[in-house]
Amino acid sequence: MVDLFKFFKKKDSSKDVAKERLKLVLIHDRSNVSPQFLEMVKSEIIRVIQNYMEIDEDTLDIQLTKTNSDDGERIVPALVANIPIKGMKNAGRQSL
Amino acid sequence: MGEVIVITSGKGGVGKTTTTANLGTGIALQGKKVVLIDTDIGLRNLDVVMGLENRIVYDLVDVIEGQCRLKQALIKDKRFEGLYLLPAPQTRDKNAVAPHQMVDLCEELKKEYDYIIIDCPAGIEQGFKNAIAGADRAFVVTTPEVSAVRDADRIIGLLEANEIRNPQLIVNRVRPDMVKRGDMMSIEDIIDILAIGLIGVVPDDENIIISTNRGEPAVNDSKSIAGQAYRNITRRILGEDVPFINLNNSDGFLAKMKKLFGIKPA
Ligand SMILES: Nc1ncnc2c1ncn2[C@@H]1O[C@H](COP(=O)(O)OP(=O)(O)OP(=O)(O)O)[C@@H](O)[C@H]1O
Ligand SMILES: [Mg+2]
Repeated sequence: MVDLFKFFKKKDSSKDVAKERLKLVLIHDRSNVSPQFLEMVKSEIIRVIQNYMEIDEDTLDIQLTKTNSDDGERIVPALVANIPIKGMKNAGRQSL
Repeated sequence: MGEVIVITSGKGGVGKTTTTANLGTGIALQGKKVVLIDTDIGLRNLDVVMGLENRIVYDLVDVIEGQCRLKQALIKDKRFEGLYLLPAPQTRDKNAVAPHQMVDLCEELKKEYDYIIIDCPAGIEQGFKNAIAGADRAFVVTTPEVSAVRDADRIIGLLEANEIRNPQLIVNRVRPDMVKRGDMMSIEDIIDILAIGLIGVVPDDENIIISTNRGEPAVNDSKSIAGQAYRNITRRILGEDVPFINLNNSDGFLAKMKKLFGIKPA
């Protein structure tokens, strides 16, 4: 069904595609997504989560990427974190 | 006291040298004293675009190293009163010049000339740092393409980090026919993304290639639409309020282009 709608929807003009792509690439460029920046975010996230769970710090992965917006119309930037959990801590259990 | 304007872009081949030659000539045609400096060491081009390649004796590095006096290295353009070129050396290393030396050179030139226009090399390395060091003001040249606009954004960030505030944008090689059918980003699209002020829009124009073949800047050609665009930018630099073109009217393509760039129908 959804695909059918997409099929009939008018194709974006190439300049709209260019503009969308530029906006996304500039989010990366401007946010200075240097390894240092991501490391900073990463260590903060680890610090908070560790209060509740035991996590595998070595395989933890965090990236700035793209995903479909809720309405599926556009692509939007997203911060995606993959955090393997080894176990719950007591503080976490009690509050559940 | 003169003003130093650097012409930058990030991405190569978008029209920095063409812009430098045309704006410099345009300003001289308005009766001002102008020096053009080519800072593209090893890849000089401003001399050939200006048609002055046979007159080079000394260059930028000779001046900086004290091999000659500043006046000796400035090539006087005999066609345009008040216009001078300081060429780049062709066989030296980029590191032969340091930013503080460019600052001193610009200070020296500002005492005697109204405008110093600096043609920046592509990239963000040493050549870029040298080119912007002495600048009071910067123009960022882009074309309506993803890669050029992206690099322009990077340059805008670097200019601001180097305390050259409020850079202004020149969008070059615009094709209104492509903009109209939605296959080229419009000026509004680009401004929307880069969020800086606009100083000029230059159409894609084969007269640029013809005039570059001859070594005669298009700004001096009353029939060239790109030339008209450069004349408009010149007047804006000199403080006049020249209205911008409107890309949405219903005339035929050529008539529209001519109207947009202020040329009366023949
Ligand atoms: N408005 C225009 N219409 C048509 N051709 C153009 C226009 N502007 C520039 N060009 C052409 O594009 C080419 C590159 O221009 P130019 O040498 O000015 O770019 P540049 O930014 O100085 O390049 P580089 O980064 O190599 O120094 C030249 O062949 C020039 O003639
Ligand atoms: Mg050049």
